[in-house]
Amino acid sequence: MNELSLTLLFAGVLATAAPLIIAALGETITEKVGVINLSLDGSLLLSAMIAFMVAYESNSFLLGFAAAAATGALIAGLVGMFGIYLGQLQVAVGFALTLLCRDLAYFAGNPYSRLQGPRLGNWKIPGLSDIPVIGPVLFQQSSVVYLALALIPAIWWYVYRTVRGLELRAVGENPEAAYTRGIDPRRKQLIYTLVGGALVGIAGAAFSLGIKPGWGRPQGIEGIGWIALAIVIFGGWHPVKVALGAFLFAFLQVIGITLQESWPGIPAQVFQVAPFPLMILTLVLINLLQREGVQRWLERRPALGLLLRQLRGRPPRALGRKAGTRYHAYPVASQGIGSGRWLRLTACWRSPCAPWGVTRLRSTTLGANRIGMLDTRKNRTEDRGTRAEEKKNKR
Amino acid sequence: MKRIRQHLTDILLILGLVLLFTSLLLWMVKAPPLEAFQNLLAGSFGSWSRFTRVLNVWIPLTLCSFGLLYAFRTGLWNIGVEGQMVLGAVGATWALRMGMESGSPLLYLGLALVSGAVLGALWALFAGWLKIRGGVHEIFAGLGLNFVAMGLVLWLIFGPWKRAGIASMSGTQPFPIELWFPSLPGWRVSPFAIALTVAVILFSFWVLNRSRFGLNLEAVGRNPRAAPLYGLSPRQYMLAAIAISGALAGLAGMLQVSGIYHRLIPAISSGYGYLGLLVVMLANFRLLPVPFIALFFAALNVGSIQLPMMMQLDSSLSGVIQGASVMSALLVFGLRRLRAGRAE
Repeated sequence: MNELSLTLLFAGVLATAAPLIIAALGETITEKVGVINLSLDGSLLLSAMIAFMVAYESNSFLLGFAAAAATGALIAGLVGMFGIYLGQLQVAVGFALTLLCRDLAYFAGNPYSRLQGPRLGNWKIPGLSDIPVIGPVLFQQSSVVYLALALIPAIWWYVYRTVRGLELRAVGENPEAAYTRGIDPRRKQLIYTLVGGALVGIAGAAFSLGIKPGWGRPQGIEGIGWIALAIVIFGGWHPVKVALGAFLFAFLQVIGITLQESWPGIPAQVFQVAPFPLMILTLVLINLLQREGVQRWLERRPALGLLLRQLRGRPPRALGRKAGTRYHAYPVASQGIGSGRWLRLTACWRSPCAPWGVTRLRSTTLGANRIGMLDTRKNRTEDRGTRAEEKKNKR
Repeated sequence: MKRIRQHLTDILLILGLVLLFTSLLLWMVKAPPLEAFQNLLAGSFGSWSRFTRVLNVWIPLTLCSFGLLYAFRTGLWNIGVEGQMVLGAVGATWALRMGMESGSPLLYLGLALVSGAVLGALWALFAGWLKIRGGVHEIFAGLGLNFVAMGLVLWLIFGPWKRAGIASMSGTQPFPIELWFPSLPGWRVSPFAIALTVAVILFSFWVLNRSRFGLNLEAVGRNPRAAPLYGLSPRQYMLAAIAISGALAGLAGMLQVSGIYHRLIPAISSGYGYLGLLVVMLANFRLLPVPFIALFFAALNVGSIQLPMMMQLDSSLSGVIQGASVMSALLVFGLRRLRAGRAE
């Protein structure tokens, strides 16, 4: 491969990955706070359609993106309202919304299909874009690409290095414990679900206004939402790894198109399937890595272990759980906010950057139990009992 | 009596919400709502031939939905039903292709029925195995396998099973008429397929509501931790349930191949698997409403075909109504639960 085609390849990968990164990062935030928004495939389509419609009518990219973000947030808000407040299964709501939004997009977008509309141009960053190879790859892209690249460190910083990010993770891991710390888990969940949905909406707009301009049926982004959901798992719910996963899948897609030219008999759709077996394999691997036997086996092979450990990820503990079933039943605790918040602030004050994990939050659950706010002790002993039993069964 | 009244108010509330939402949407795209509803109704129940088309959609949709009910009983979200239907179609095509040169079509039709159901069940078992042994959530395992099944069908159509001459999206070589699913002359919908579906419905009612096996399935689904105390293995029951689910979906796929399209096409499942999930959700995971909701959804699907011609509206209006019904149902059920929770 010569220099030019390599440049084209990498530029193509970056452009393909950008909306995927934005959508997957949005879903990462949502899942980090413990909510599954399964509606991605539909909401991407609907927000893409809305973005194109608004941008076409108003001739303003900003309005198009804003409308798309609002659409994504609205759909995510529905998932949040139904899941968090009405106690419905999040996956059920998300799945129904997937199909509803897809058909809504096709139905309402019908008059706008196959129209020549506005399209985001590429930004050439003066000076930098003239560097050979790197210049055209990195500094001659659409603004969406820059947004995606900027979002990766920004979201990582927010989630892992700020107090609010700490609260976000705390809610996703253990809403009850977070509650005793004076955090309102449902409010947090709703807010971050909305934020995540808005990012998904922006990703939809990135498609219809930039990467795959225009609207039509099929739009060509069907299935992307499911891929984004798969990437979140592949990336182990870690923003940077999720972005890397998006790059990998974009690379697979671009390579697929190139390979298709050498095997004209096989339709492109066959190559587009590739992310899904990979997702399943990753999930199996994640699960295998957590087994004791495998861990012992890996201890003897440090190099392999180091590599595989990168793949290890764990879903937020409260992910997809029916929220509000336990903690909202204790209105007394809302009066305990004062002390809870104080505790939380002091704790964060002492170690603002520490990886404040579940182990510490657990102890607060015990504290809450002592004041009689949560009825966790019973559940815990129950857990212990069944765990012992499971072990016995294994033997 | 109180429960019946409650169900009736639920149905009325859901219908009202859906009508409101759809009318608003139609009004927004400047189409007269009444005319659209009229067209939907006339397009599905307007004549006998249209109604037979509705029944042709109803059959696979009902089969998939009843299959899903088994999986839901054990608490499994068998979202892979779409792929299981596709694999059923592949299995049926494999058997029927073998029967193209032979003299005994009925034998191969029977083989297609079996191979369709078996392949569907195996595909489902794979998802179940991934869930139980690999720890992969069944939603992601199922979805992944759906896309893999799609890729497989495309590869088959463009590769080993391609039509003589050129391979195209229009599918494989059509089967000769002897290998079509048997029907009676003058019938546009095979009465045997209807009978098969009704038999599946009745059998499922018995299994899920009356038999010990059904009770065990529910016990596993309600509390997988308590089930072992009664000597039930949650894993075995989950695998059994998902296999039945896949077998019924595979049967639906077989009927699509041999009864409707008479060949394997890329979109062989027509999305009925996903639609089946909506049907079961709208039925609130109960058995009795499923055949009726499936009929309603099938009527919407068929009725909307004419919308582009009659009113320049996209036919996806049916999907909008179906999705809106489920969302309204979730809203109504959720509010009812909230009220019940407050009353306690």
